[in-house]
Amino acid sequence: MAESHAATVEGSGPSTTALAHHFEDMEQQREAGTLGMWVFLITEIMFFGGMFLAYTLYRSKYPDEFARGSRELSILLGGINTVVLIGSSLTMAMAVHSAQTGNRKKLIGFLAVTLLLGLTFLGIKAVEYTEKFEHHHFPGVNFKLGEHSETASQVAQKPDGAAAQPQAQKPVLDSKRVQLFFWIYFAMTGMHALHMIIGAGALSFLIYYSRKGRYTPEYYAPVELTGLYWHFVDIVWIFLFPLLYLLGLHE
Amino acid sequence: MQQWIPFMPEDASTLSGRVDNFYFFLVGLSVFFFTLIAGLEIYFALKYRRQRPDEIPRPVRSAVRLEVVWIVIPFILSMTIFAWGASIYFSMYRMPKDALEIYVVGKQWMWKLQHMEGQREINELHVPVGRKVKLIITTEDVIHSFYVPAFRVKVDAVPGRYTYLWFEATKPGRYHLYCAEYCGTNHSGMIGWVYAMEPADYQAWLGGGAPEESLADSGEKLFQQLACNNCHRAGARDRGPVLDGLFGNPVALDNGQTVLADESYLRESILNSQAKIVAGFQRPSLMPTFQGQISEEQLLQLIAYIKSLSPQAGAGGASPAASPSPPGGSSGTNSQQGNNK
Amino acid sequence: MISTAPKPSEVIVPPQRHYLNAGYGVKSWLLTTDHKRIGLLYLASITLFFFLGGAFATIIRLELATPAGDLVSSENYNKFFTMHGVVMIFFFLIPSVPAVLGNFLIPLMIGAKDVAFPRLNLLSWYVYNIGAIITLYAIIAGGVDTGWTFYAPLSTTYSNTNVMATGVGIFITGFSSILTGLNFIVTIHTLRAPGLTWLKMPLFLWAHYATSLIQVLGTPVIAITILLLAFERAVHVGIFDPALGGDPVLFQHLFWFYSHPAVYIMILPSMGIVSEIVATFVRKNIFGYKFIAFSSIAIAVFGFLVWGHHMFVSSQSVYAGMVFSFLSMAVAIPSAVKVFNWTATLYKSSVSYQTPMLYAFGFIGLFTIGGLTGLFLAALGFDVHVHDTYFVVAHFHYIMVGGAIMGYLGGLHYWWPKISGRMYPEGWAKLGVLTIFVGFNLTFFPQFLLGYMGMPRRYHAYSEEFQVLNVMSSAGASILAVGYLLPMIYLIWSMRYGPVASANPWPSTGLEWRTSSPPPPENFEKTPVVTWHAYEFKPRDQAEIVGEF
Repeated sequence: MAESHAATVEGSGPSTTALAHHFEDMEQQREAGTLGMWVFLITEIMFFGGMFLAYTLYRSKYPDEFARGSRELSILLGGINTVVLIGSSLTMAMAVHSAQTGNRKKLIGFLAVTLLLGLTFLGIKAVEYTEKFEHHHFPGVNFKLGEHSETASQVAQKPDGAAAQPQAQKPVLDSKRVQLFFWIYFAMTGMHALHMIIGAGALSFLIYYSRKGRYTPEYYAPVELTGLYWHFVDIVWIFLFPLLYLLGLHE
Repeated sequence: MQQWIPFMPEDASTLSGRVDNFYFFLVGLSVFFFTLIAGLEIYFALKYRRQRPDEIPRPVRSAVRLEVVWIVIPFILSMTIFAWGASIYFSMYRMPKDALEIYVVGKQWMWKLQHMEGQREINELHVPVGRKVKLIITTEDVIHSFYVPAFRVKVDAVPGRYTYLWFEATKPGRYHLYCAEYCGTNHSGMIGWVYAMEPADYQAWLGGGAPEESLADSGEKLFQQLACNNCHRAGARDRGPVLDGLFGNPVALDNGQTVLADESYLRESILNSQAKIVAGFQRPSLMPTFQGQISEEQLLQLIAYIKSLSPQAGAGGASPAASPSPPGGSSGTNSQQGNNK
Repeated sequence: MISTAPKPSEVIVPPQRHYLNAGYGVKSWLLTTDHKRIGLLYLASITLFFFLGGAFATIIRLELATPAGDLVSSENYNKFFTMHGVVMIFFFLIPSVPAVLGNFLIPLMIGAKDVAFPRLNLLSWYVYNIGAIITLYAIIAGGVDTGWTFYAPLSTTYSNTNVMATGVGIFITGFSSILTGLNFIVTIHTLRAPGLTWLKMPLFLWAHYATSLIQVLGTPVIAITILLLAFERAVHVGIFDPALGGDPVLFQHLFWFYSHPAVYIMILPSMGIVSEIVATFVRKNIFGYKFIAFSSIAIAVFGFLVWGHHMFVSSQSVYAGMVFSFLSMAVAIPSAVKVFNWTATLYKSSVSYQTPMLYAFGFIGLFTIGGLTGLFLAALGFDVHVHDTYFVVAHFHYIMVGGAIMGYLGGLHYWWPKISGRMYPEGWAKLGVLTIFVGFNLTFFPQFLLGYMGMPRRYHAYSEEFQVLNVMSSAGASILAVGYLLPMIYLIWSMRYGPVASANPWPSTGLEWRTSSPPPPENFEKTPVVTWHAYEFKPRDQAEIVGEF
């Protein structure tokens, strides 16, 4: 979000001094920035919390449909993305460390790798989304599931469903509820991707200013705060991956 | 309208007196506290008004014991209010077993009511005095709220589920029926009247007009039309569960759970047969779903029919239209339901 | 004696340069990062919305003067009360005290040069206005008719008015509220002047701290709820409409999880103002300072646990109803504690009847009525009868208009000398507060009676027996309208013609009064060091114990 971005750069001020006019000293400025970021992350938790609540509620209400929807997701792509993100968290931590020790070259390098990994994540996500659109898995009028599955409405249309459908163990699913799963999937991963895009923007900004040599061991708050934000976005994904992708496995 | 206080709604149900007493208690308590606060404010303001422009009174150290007093006393009072309110609430929403049942469907912007005997009304409800009446309520579209101020009762009509309300009118008369939950353009037009009648008048009203078939009879016809009886009958044991004696009893499901066969369960099973499957029947269920195929009113007729197959369940005190029940009678006539055609 | 308040005679020479004349021109305002100027920008925006919301209220009351729906059509009536609610709640009451007075005063009161994130602060004003413009567009393009509560499935499926645009407007404005709250939390934590410990802080700061917690924790939930609602409307796959497989009661849970605490966003800052005013105009330290301070936090915490009391008749289980009723009773206690402590503060004090004090008296009286009737509504068996009737309407107007707006206006008068450097005209101001008090009670007290008689809210036409009380209410509303116009006129007048204010005209003990009126751009000539407790008019060693037994 824009505000996180602003929070990270707040107080960077004119390049001659990194201390903003309304702070007494660097220590106070740092403290304010860090606390601000934490409070911001709390609002983020509440924001995602609303969606997690909806997810929990409907998953417990419609477990079969959720499992069914989950099986349409690619565990391979999701898994690769998980690895990519964990890797980016690592490089981000290295970047913060490099900023602390004042190693500008390493700082720029790690930031660039983090950005690259973030973009890789978004690229894979885009591939996944495209696939979903092509298979009509985006909720709405054109929604449909694959050939190999039956939804309740399809069964209902057959005049005598009794004899024609011998496949016993497979639950017949309500298409609307499977759509609900995809709806929640798109809402949650979409919001997450939006956060990734903002994070990538912040990283580009950091790279630009690191090249200009703005960050020193005394002043590297923007790097540190962006790191906090980046880790938060990763953690959200660590929750999303099992809840959305791995849900269908145990069936 | 003759009322003993001009600013009170009519007192016309067994609950209204209890709510009114509670109201008087709350008003009394509020008047006491308001007078205390406002009185002290005014008294202090006058007594300690500033005498000289440079006057500065001595500071004060707070007194923990006084704070404790005015935390503990309001707490005890508020718990009293809580307990009193909760006890009334329990009486309001614990449904009586032997009540006369009436089905209500809200719709933008009217109330549609169906009596067990088959009478249908729109925006009007006739009920006998001195007998418990239970309403089973739902809506076809948005949320509505069924509100009769003279009875002090209200419940929301929520799409996709049944809500319940009961009352017992105590004096004959005509009372307002309102929709209390905002429901769109003509919300304030979604009003009507409740007629509380002497039991004899009520019987006359029931008997008057063209004889209609009872709700359960309509439901049975529908049951055949939709070919439900192909599977849900004694001879077709393997295809669908037999519905006799089902209502009000626990049902074992194929996932090992047990549910009570109430209105909500029947509703769900009709609309979405896959949701809960009875133990011993195949999964997926052979039954088609009726979501979008039948109206809320038809659904209620089917439920009324299925309920009529469970004489002892004690649900539904409806008396068949053909055989007038004694006024104020309770569940005595239920046993005739199943074979009264 | 260094630890006491400044004497009335203490003179602070007004500087040549203060925040109002530090720069001229539109750019110097629109690009300012000075918290005082941003406060004034907010003041302009919300005043506009206050009168817009008031205009809608006027139409509502005119319509209700007769039982028949004869002035406007029911479509339009529904739009008017919806827009009245949306505008007043999201665009006036929630930002009112925090964004105007909080912005202006928090850095002054803690002895800081600005809030922690000045540019974020300016951004929040822009975000507010973007949301406001989108909502205005929704209003002009035909309005919205779902009620400010946006209950599904009416809002998701059935209404064909501008629900989307309004929702987007509210969503965006929510972020301005989050930014303000975030800024205040960090500011109060990190920028307090040397010596200003938490328990020396004015209660205004405690109230704003508690408010900010709610803003930060609650607003994201309404944001995501509205987002889900908007998408549901667009794509017709939903989690709220049962026809689409959703649950309409879930919407109510999510909505009230924010919207009940939002009530405390509106009232807590006004409570903070009342504490400041009472202390200043009786020249005494607030009785039970710690209890008032912690009660604000208690309200913020408990406020998040009581949302279910809006749903006693919406098919929630009886046991859930009991839990929510119990917790709602509990949240009444901290409010009661405040009222008792304010009252006790008057004991053996030196009461002056200046306008802000009259507003404070008005607040205490009306809030007491509003709070007590809140207990009525939290009581299960009683709420069933009056839920969604005018009783509820009367109750929350007593809290929000009688409470929050009285406090807001009181605060505006109290700090007007600091804000504008001029005094308001005392005679007109007293007339104003009296008019508002009388008009308010005449407008809203009859609505309690109407509610118990059973008149449902949001009714365009009503049964004849309700007319007498409705006419009283409409008559009161016209008095109230005059009462609100008065301060606007004379406050604007006083900016040019009012007597020049001294640095500390009342006098008071707060840090904000220890700089010039109006303050210089960075608030203080040099960073103050705080050695006294809030409201220390006389040294504490002279204190007497009152009320211990």
